[in-house]
Amino acid sequence: MTSHIFSAYDEDLKYLNRRISEMGGLAEQMCGDAVRALVNSDAALAQKVISDDVILDHAEREIQEKAIVTIARRQPMASDLREIIGTLRIAGDLERVGDLGKNTAKRVIAVQGTGVPRKLARGIEHLSELALIQLKEVLDVFANRSVAKAEAIRQRDEEIDAMYTSLFRELLTYMMEDPRNITTCTHLLFCAKNIERIGDHATNIAETIYYIATGAQPEGERPKDDSSNTLGAVAE
Amino acid sequence: MNSISTMITTTTSTTKAATMSESKISARNVQVFYGEKHALRDVNIEIRPRSVTAFIGPSGCGKSTFLRCLNRMNDTIASCRVEGSIGIDGENIYDPKVDPVQLRAKVGMVFQKPNPFPKSIYENVAYGPRIHGLARKKSDLDDIVASALQKAGLWNEVKDRLQESGTGLSGGQQQRLCIARAVAVSPEIILMDEPCSALDPIATAKVEELIHELRSNYTIVIVTHSMQQAARVSQRTAMFHLGLLVEENDTDKMFTNPDDQRTQDYIMGRFG
Ligand SMILES: Nc1ncnc2c1ncn2[C@@H]1O[C@H](COP(=O)(O)OP(=O)(O)OP(=O)(O)O)[C@@H](O)[C@H]1O
Ligand SMILES: [Mg+2]
Repeated sequence: MTSHIFSAYDEDLKYLNRRISEMGGLAEQMCGDAVRALVNSDAALAQKVISDDVILDHAEREIQEKAIVTIARRQPMASDLREIIGTLRIAGDLERVGDLGKNTAKRVIAVQGTGVPRKLARGIEHLSELALIQLKEVLDVFANRSVAKAEAIRQRDEEIDAMYTSLFRELLTYMMEDPRNITTCTHLLFCAKNIERIGDHATNIAETIYYIATGAQPEGERPKDDSSNTLGAVAE
Repeated sequence: MNSISTMITTTTSTTKAATMSESKISARNVQVFYGEKHALRDVNIEIRPRSVTAFIGPSGCGKSTFLRCLNRMNDTIASCRVEGSIGIDGENIYDPKVDPVQLRAKVGMVFQKPNPFPKSIYENVAYGPRIHGLARKKSDLDDIVASALQKAGLWNEVKDRLQESGTGLSGGQQQRLCIARAVAVSPEIILMDEPCSALDPIATAKVEELIHELRSNYTIVIVTHSMQQAARVSQRTAMFHLGLLVEENDTDKMFTNPDDQRTQDYIMGRFG
C-alpha cells in the first residue's frame, strides 16, 4: 500500500501494528508457559504467566487509547478505518487469549498434589501445540496481510475442535474409572477448554484480517463449535 | 500503480443501477472543453431526487465544471463548450428551447464564497422571487422572504434587522442568507460549490443541518473538499479524477470500502 501524504499518520498505524505484534508474541508465550507449568507442576512458571497478564492488559489499553486518538486526529477512511477498528478487535482477542493462559496457570496449584497423568499431559500438550500454531500463524498473517492464508487458518479450527472433543472423552473415562481423579480431571477439562478457545480467538483474528484486507466478511459458515456438548450419551 | 491502463478505464458502471424513472438529473456522455482544454471526459451519472449527492476529487479534476453544467452556468464562460446531454426530469436542458434564466430558477446555486448583494437582508432574498414574478402583493413577498429565511435557519437571527445590509452579517450568516436566496425562488435542485469552505465548525454544522432538512424537498448536489462533510451529509458520492468520473457509489460504501483505487488513495490521503 502507498504511504500517506502526511507521514505522521503512517507512524500511528505502524505503532498500532507493532503493538499488536508485541501483544501477540506475549500472549503466545503465556499460553505455552501455562501448559508447560501445568504438565511439569511448575508453580513458579505459573506465577510468571499470571504476572505477564498484567502487561498484556496494559498493552490492550494503550492500543485502545492510541486507536481512539488516531481516529480523532486522522479521521481515517476506507481501509485505514477498517485497519484501526480491526486493531481494536484483535487487541481484544489477544487480551482474552492472555486471560485463558492465566486461567490455566491458576489451576497449576490445584493439580500439583496429584500431578497430571502422563497420557493426559500429552493430550493437553498436543492440543496446545495445535492452538499455538494457529495463533502464531495468524500473527504472521497479520504481519504480511495474506488473505488466502487467513482463510486457511479459519478452516483449520476444526482440527482443534476434534482434538478437544477426544480429550474431553478421555477425561470422562478417567473420572469414571476412579472418582479420586475427578478434581484433577475437572481442572484439566477447564484447561483443555481454555486452550480450545485460544483456537477460536485465532479464528476471530483471521476473520478480522480478512475484513481489514477486503472490507467484506469471510464467506461461508465458520467451522462448527466442538461437539463435546452432546457427548454425555457417547460416554455411557 | 495508477498506470495508463487504470487511467483509460472508462467511468464505473455503478451508475447503471439507477434507472431513468428514479433519477432527477441524468447526464449522458458529457464532455466539456475550455478552448483546447478537455476538462471533462464522457461523464455519465444519474442523480436521485430528494437526496444529497456529493462530488469529491482533487483540485482541478472538474467538479465545479460539472456542477456548472447542471444549470448552464458554463454558458457565461466564452471559451467553454459542453457536449452530450443533461436531462432534468427527462428534459434536455441544453435544448435551444430551454431558457437558461428559467432553468436557473429551477436549479439554484450556492457558491463557495458567500456573495450577498450589497443590499438589505430583505432585498437579498426578495430579489429572485420579484424578478421571477412569484409574488403579486407586498405581503406575499414578505411571506416568501420569511419562509426562505426560516428554511435557511437564519430567521431568528435576522428577523428584527431585515433592513440592515446583508454584507454586515457574519460569514456563516451570509452563507445561510445565500441559501435562503436560492431557496426563495422555489427551486427543485440546489447546487452547492464548497459552501462551507469559509465557515467555522459551528456555522458549518448549521449549514449541514440545513442541507439535511432541505433534502426532503430538494435534490442537492454539493461539491466538497472535506471527506468528513461528504460522509456526513450525502447519500451518494461521486469521485472525479483528471476529468473522469471514476466512481459513484453509496456514501457508506464509498468511505468504508470504495471500489476504485484512485478513490481509495484520495480519501485516505495517500500518494496516488
Ligand atoms: N473558466 C475556465 N477557463 C479555462 N479553464 C478552466 C476554467 N475553469 C476551469 N478550468 C479548468 O478546468 C479544469 C477543471 O476545473 P474545475 O474548476 O472544474 O475543477 P475543480 O474540481 O472544481 O477544482 P477545485 O477543487 O480546485 O475547485 C481545471 O484544469 C481548470 O484549470
Ligand atoms: Mg471547484
